[in-house]
Amino acid sequence: MKRLLSLHALLVYLFLYLPILVIVALSFNEGRRGVRFTGFTLDWYRALFQDPRVLEYFLNTLIVAFTSTLVATVLGTLLALGLVRYRFPGKGFLRYLLYIPVVVPDVVLGVSLLLLFAFARELLGFPRLSLLTVILGHITFQVAFVTLVVRSRLLLLDPGLEEAARDLGARGLQTFLHVTLPLAWPGVAAGALLALTLSLDDFVVTFFTAGPGATTLPLYIYSSVKLGISPKVHALSTLIVGLSAFFLALGYALSRRRI
Amino acid sequence: MNEAATPFQRFFRILVTVGPGGLWLFLFVLLPSLLVLLASFMTRGPYGELTGPLGLHNYLRLLESPYLQAFAQSLWVGVWATLISVLLGYPLAFYIARHPRRDLLLLLLLIPFFTNFLIRIYAWLVLLQKEGVVNAFLQAFGLGPFALYPSFAAVLLATVYTFLPFFVLPVYASVEHTDWQLLEAAYDLGARPFKAFFHAILPQTYPGLFAGSALVFIPAMGTFVVADLLGAGRVVLIGNLIQQQFGISRDWAFGGALSIFLMGFVLLALYLYARAQGERGFRELV
Repeated sequence: MKRLLSLHALLVYLFLYLPILVIVALSFNEGRRGVRFTGFTLDWYRALFQDPRVLEYFLNTLIVAFTSTLVATVLGTLLALGLVRYRFPGKGFLRYLLYIPVVVPDVVLGVSLLLLFAFARELLGFPRLSLLTVILGHITFQVAFVTLVVRSRLLLLDPGLEEAARDLGARGLQTFLHVTLPLAWPGVAAGALLALTLSLDDFVVTFFTAGPGATTLPLYIYSSVKLGISPKVHALSTLIVGLSAFFLALGYALSRRRI
Repeated sequence: MNEAATPFQRFFRILVTVGPGGLWLFLFVLLPSLLVLLASFMTRGPYGELTGPLGLHNYLRLLESPYLQAFAQSLWVGVWATLISVLLGYPLAFYIARHPRRDLLLLLLLIPFFTNFLIRIYAWLVLLQKEGVVNAFLQAFGLGPFALYPSFAAVLLATVYTFLPFFVLPVYASVEHTDWQLLEAAYDLGARPFKAFFHAILPQTYPGLFAGSALVFIPAMGTFVVADLLGAGRVVLIGNLIQQQFGISRDWAFGGALSIFLMGFVLLALYLYARAQGERGFRELV
């Protein structure tokens, strides 16, 4: 039984890694098509780095990811705090609203935002579809995830600590900055990291909210893939896989050291 | 809990904490959903604009056979992807949870998961192409080459590949909290291994199974990208129809009706599933 389970696990891991490893290998292959390895080359990487558009798309992706994560983390943390600490009319409804971006397929979120921006343009004359609308779209699903992550952390905290701070004379903002926020910090950091990952990974919402001049890397990969398989995309994919593996491994090493 | 705070202070604190995020959700979640609902009752004008008359005609159009077929196909992808994820992921979650180096195994599970969604689908395009690895492998046995995509099987394979970690992680969390003494108790009472597992362990993992299945089923039936790239017209899901209406067809009214239908279906399915799970299912959900 135990050996069967190990074999099963091995096969599933093989299933998870084989496609990625094939891409990595092909990115160093001289041949344009097919899987026969004809010789080692770095030409595809050279072509990638010499393409000024790719750098622009990379920067767009980073601008969107960091701006939206920053805003969503602040909004989500405050919202989680309000939901955990206070009672107010409409709270139940707000909690349901929070789940919509999480459970509803992202294509629905994408087209509803497209419709919102179209209506707003008709009535107010803005916003044009641009990096700004992409950022607004990303914040929308990020806020929901950040709020849920931070809220689950806040629910674990002992409210007595805040009461103690107040009994000792701390004012509202002081209590928040010196007691609540440091205690909630792991939740806030986890929420922000999740938001960043979701933004870097997002294709669907970006697809519906981006206009001309607002191309991100996922949009670029999509449009090149639509044109066919290209070794340049192999090279770009390999770099992205390498970077995500590096950051995950770094996080893993750091978390081990702390324990 | 803020006994010392005056009503004004309380109001101010709620405004500062809930205000910005609540306003955001109102403007960018509630308002757009209502606009989609409104559009779904309208009519496509000659230039693709939204005009009157208002009516249920877009919803009646959903009953035409190509759209029913797309819905059936979406459901089919969702159900199969969930079943295959259970087969692949459920034993894996146990293996990881019982392994001495489980943090390393989790890291290995997360690396493909954190790799961009499009790259994961693209990888299957490369593997399944005519001169691809799978065909090269088959040709070594004198088979093929086959046109492996566009096809339903290719869409299903890439869907499972993309969403499998979503299934494994919640199940893993459940297995980690499993009380294994119940298994020993079942053995002591004379249960055979299969029966002991079925009664002592399986029910303890229901929350993870529930969450994991929902996390695979919903995106699997709702996505359009996988079917777009690996189905290339042969597999058309609801998501593809929605994308078409908001893209080349420019029929936002019908696209709205499709979106409302998909959203309603997902919310209803989640609600029913949670109710079947009882009290615990509800707490998982909200």
